Amino acid sequence: MSKSEMEIVVEDPTAPDDASPAVTSKRTIDMIVSVLLLAFAALLAWDNWKTGASWDSSGPQAGYFPFYLSLILGGAALFGLVKTLMDPAIESEAFVTRDQLKRVMTVLVPTFLFCLALKWLGIYLSSFLLIVGFMRLVGKISLWKSLLTAFIFAATMFVVFDVAFDVIMPKGPIEALLGR
Amino acid sequence: MEALSLLMQGFSVLLTWKILALMMVGLVLGVFVGVLPGLGGPNGVAILLPLTFTMDPTSAIVMLSCIYWGALFGGAITSILFNIPGEAWSVATTFDGYPMAQQGKAAEALTAAFTSSFIGSFAAVLLITFLAPAISTFALKFGPPEFFAVYLLTFCSFVGLGREAKHKTIISMALGLLLAGIGLDTVSGQLRMTFGSSDLLRGVNFLVAVIGLFGISEILLTMEERLALRGHSAKITLRTVWNVWTDLPRYWVTLLRSSVIGCWLGITPGGAIAASFMGYNLAKRFSKDKESFGKGRIEGVFAPETAAHASGTAALLPMLALGIPGSGTAAILLGGLMVWGLNPGPLLFVEHKDFVWGLIASMYLGNIVGLILVLSTVPVFAAVLRVPFSAIAPMIIVSCAIGAFAIQNAMFDIWLMLLFGVVGYVFKKIGIPLAPLTLALVLGNRAEDAFRLAMIGAEGSLKVFWSNFLVGSITTLAIILLFWPIIDRIIASIGRAREPARA
Repeated sequence: MSKSEMEIVVEDPTAPDDASPAVTSKRTIDMIVSVLLLAFAALLAWDNWKTGASWDSSGPQAGYFPFYLSLILGGAALFGLVKTLMDPAIESEAFVTRDQLKRVMTVLVPTFLFCLALKWLGIYLSSFLLIVGFMRLVGKISLWKSLLTAFIFAATMFVVFDVAFDVIMPKGPIEALLGR
Repeated sequence: MEALSLLMQGFSVLLTWKILALMMVGLVLGVFVGVLPGLGGPNGVAILLPLTFTMDPTSAIVMLSCIYWGALFGGAITSILFNIPGEAWSVATTFDGYPMAQQGKAAEALTAAFTSSFIGSFAAVLLITFLAPAISTFALKFGPPEFFAVYLLTFCSFVGLGREAKHKTIISMALGLLLAGIGLDTVSGQLRMTFGSSDLLRGVNFLVAVIGLFGISEILLTMEERLALRGHSAKITLRTVWNVWTDLPRYWVTLLRSSVIGCWLGITPGGAIAASFMGYNLAKRFSKDKESFGKGRIEGVFAPETAAHASGTAALLPMLALGIPGSGTAAILLGGLMVWGLNPGPLLFVEHKDFVWGLIASMYLGNIVGLILVLSTVPVFAAVLRVPFSAIAPMIIVSCAIGAFAIQNAMFDIWLMLLFGVVGYVFKKIGIPLAPLTLALVLGNRAEDAFRLAMIGAEGSLKVFWSNFLVGSITTLAIILLFWPIIDRIIASIGRAREPARA
């Protein structure tokens, strides 16, 4: 029986350090989320009350179902908040460590910029820039590899969506260039 | 048998080169999705859904369900070779799969995993073939109160049977139902919860939410972890396949047991994870040689994989027959059905016979093609993991963005996707489950309509939910499930009180 036993090894040089200090605890975030949900529930309850959350001749009004749901949501959020406040031991572990947060931000910030760029540059050009930038700056991959990968990916996406499946995407300044 | 002849007709729809090619494409994409970190069944299907918008529904659902099968197969590869479960339901596969790979038996473990996946799915598809038409015929008698009772049952079983903190499940579900209600109210024609925004007029699109909740948030979560991998590579030879297959009959009890567990748990929501662990634990309990589990026993791969896949497939049964998805991925497929203008539920079997039986036939065919495909191409897929995550992450983000945009051609949806991504990330970290939100989002409007129609019909009396035996028993069951943890505790304490001598 032939068995190729070569191992696949992938290193991660910028991995977050296990000893990195916590930025905040799950407990804090849990409470913040509960408060936000409570506020959201209150907002929706108020809006649905205005729409009409009672009964008229034709049955329940438009706001009836969502109004009671927002009460349930608010109730559950309040219950969670009180439960966390009463028990100081609950979820005291780290929500995110400083190193982890840095890594998460290296994705979240470029993604945000990418979404912002979509409006002006169109989807294909922004995708190209996102992939090149990310591979080069975050992954420390050589420039030519990054450029090539990004170009092939963006071109494949264009062919698959725009040409083969007729899903029309915004293309920004290169619209005329692509001729579609 | 009517089912059999309809099934044959379904096969005849499928056996065209175009569909077979789409099937292969779907399977390959699916295995990729299953192997890549930060992507899984539900997000893979959600991201690739826009590709199918221009296809006819049958081709589209065949391709999507093949992505699903592919993802199910793919999860096993990383579990066995890298000890990294691609999906939560592959966790149990790592217990014996990875030790086997360490002992140089990776090929056997992979063959066992793929074969048992196939067997599990096959058992569930058989169940669907013969049970789904019967259930849908029965469900044709349902009126709005019955449907609302079934929706209620689904929601309550999530709360009562879920392992997460109850209030967090309720938060997730209420939020999903509320988000589903945003926009134009279909019954009265009034606007709700739009706050004057013209973008919110269309409502929160289910698929946009799913792409954000699963796709974007998964990337954020993956980035937090150490992404170094160390794994074995494997090549499956015909001889290995033959050896494993000739050994199969010895494990028929395990396979059968896991299939039954999987089918049963698959129909109830959130079952695949529970099914894989239960399959594994029962195989261990009934084994004569308990000690050898966890050290590379092939039965320890058969048991969880069969159960997980039986359950993953059986999750499509309630979706087809009742319009209620049994899993996150089934929920997304359901979202797809609605995009193509099909109304999931019992009427589907009457109005779109070709479509339903084409889909069921594709489950058989997709599984066979998938089995051959993964057995022959494992080394290629394992090599995908060598691609650095810093190259994969931006590509996934781009795919998510294209997917989110293509659904309604709206820039607003891209921002919504990003928002859902952050929400999903935070929710996952503080233990608010996302599956109930997904389910509520896709079922919300239908549940509300059913409720309101029932209420209008009964002139506002809640008694309508106990007006006949059928609806009454479903509603009662729903309420029992909602309070199941409390009931379970009471039963247990009574049991203890009555039998103090034992225990």
